[in-house]
Amino acid sequence: MSYVLEVRNLRKTYVRGGDMFDEGRKAERFVAVDDVSFEVAPGETFAIVGESGSGKTTLARMILRLIEPDSGALLFEERDLLRLTGEELRAQRRQMQMIFQDPFASLNPRMRVGEIVAEPLAIHHPRCAAAEREERAKKMLERVGLDSSALTRYPHEFSGGQRQRIGIARALILRPKLVVADEPVSALDVSVGAQVLLLLQELQREFHLTYLLISHSLPVVAQLATHIGVMRSGQLIEYGPSNLILQRPSHAYTRELLAAVPEIPRARQV
Amino acid sequence: MNALLELEELTVQLPTPAGWVKPVNGISLEIARGEALGLVGESGSGKTMLSLSLMGLLPAGARVSGQAKISSANGNATLLSSLKEDEWRRVRGSEIAMIFQEPMTSLNPVMRIGEQIEEAILAHEPNLRKDLLHRRLLNAMEHASIPEPEVRLQQFPHQLSGGLRQRAMIAMALAPRPKLLIADEPTTALDVTVQQQILALLDRLRRELELSLLFITHDLGVVAQVADRIAVMYAGRIVEWGSAEKVLTSPQHPYTQGLLAASPTLERKALTPIPGVVPQLTHLPPGCAFAPRCGFRRDKCDEGVPEFRGPEPDHGARCILL
Repeated sequence: MSYVLEVRNLRKTYVRGGDMFDEGRKAERFVAVDDVSFEVAPGETFAIVGESGSGKTTLARMILRLIEPDSGALLFEERDLLRLTGEELRAQRRQMQMIFQDPFASLNPRMRVGEIVAEPLAIHHPRCAAAEREERAKKMLERVGLDSSALTRYPHEFSGGQRQRIGIARALILRPKLVVADEPVSALDVSVGAQVLLLLQELQREFHLTYLLISHSLPVVAQLATHIGVMRSGQLIEYGPSNLILQRPSHAYTRELLAAVPEIPRARQV
Repeated sequence: MNALLELEELTVQLPTPAGWVKPVNGISLEIARGEALGLVGESGSGKTMLSLSLMGLLPAGARVSGQAKISSANGNATLLSSLKEDEWRRVRGSEIAMIFQEPMTSLNPVMRIGEQIEEAILAHEPNLRKDLLHRRLLNAMEHASIPEPEVRLQQFPHQLSGGLRQRAMIAMALAPRPKLLIADEPTTALDVTVQQQILALLDRLRRELELSLLFITHDLGVVAQVADRIAVMYAGRIVEWGSAEKVLTSPQHPYTQGLLAASPTLERKALTPIPGVVPQLTHLPPGCAFAPRCGFRRDKCDEGVPEFRGPEPDHGARCILL
């Protein structure tokens, strides 16, 4: 089987500490992502879970090539992502889009929603006419549950959940194969978060998307993921099919994480 | 019930360009000594404004009506709802204290942890002897289970982890020995393993110090861990209240049922979102505020705000279907 994404021995270190005025205080190297390998097949949702400082966000950024790894390999449909430059890299980026955590920070407040959603088309398909861009933005907004009046309004006129829908429309307008979703519902209220989770599930089926989900919340991950990888201190300590990780985790830390999730008592049937 | 805090029809009004709104609308509740009440609500429910009204920290121009009363150890009661600013100083911190979601924004970044806790004590007991002050400081840090207190009190907030910062906030809040602690989403910004430790700490303090807890959260899993009783708020009103067990396992109000159905759990389930969004306080529906999003809506829902009705005397909801 061919994978959408293969991550091979990915590694990233940062320099931490040190004092430019004091040679006695030496900087030390800090391993943010330590020899991480996994693969994601088409249509899967691979969730990376971990607590703060586990390296999950650094890993996601390397996969999108927003930061460069120190070593390792990244294959997207068997093409070596790290060797791509210029036009080839741009072409590849169309296939990989991102949904951000904070829908308040990730949308340009001075752009109309129609422009925000159509902007990726303007960048990647400059020959696509303005009228067609607008038409496609309108269709995509409708698909995520916003009517065409949204096109001419500004982000501040929308609620958190609606803004997250706008972010999703922007991510999907280029019809990517892989979508990296970084904490897509953690800034939203419970009732609205559930709307967004369901929308992500529907869109995955409809557009044959592969998801890489980054989250600290095991309950959220349990709803979406087909596969789960658990990160701690830069290392992927365990990964496998969701059922296995959630019901029969083999690593002590995974068991600790699962045990710490505050559970809602089971409802009596009404 | 030996009530520490009693609210009766407490209402907070705020001026907006579109007229007065009521983020807190006729709230009646009681918290006993040593009891933990979980106040559950989403953004815009009024839960934070309610807690600010109990601390005398409402925005300028706010109007308060109804009654909020806290009893003191000597049997006297203080009427919070009619305190003047200088009288609030006596109550705030020493009777009622509050901890917040993000300790980093509540701690002074350029002041050592020890000094900040001392400052909280001195605000209420300015003439405390130095050796007693130090003992009270260490005592507060011990209550909050801060390891190596003598080292930590010399440190600045940025040198502490998120969990330790929240412990420092708890030490600061408890140092003047309040009877009621308001905790506004105190674990939302923390990792799940650290959250577990903080919840266990609050539970222990409640038992050891007979501290009453008003725990504000949107997370039904968290509230299940800490609360004896739960009040669910929606658009400024309590729509359901009862023991934590009853509210969570046999919810009566369609909003509570909706929240439970929309909450992800470790077991994969078909999540059922609540359609629509929370109404604007400037455009509240005429009757039940949840009616526009409710699957059981009927004409009668718009005829006025439903009174509390319950399956049992200690469990009730504002819904005409009951």
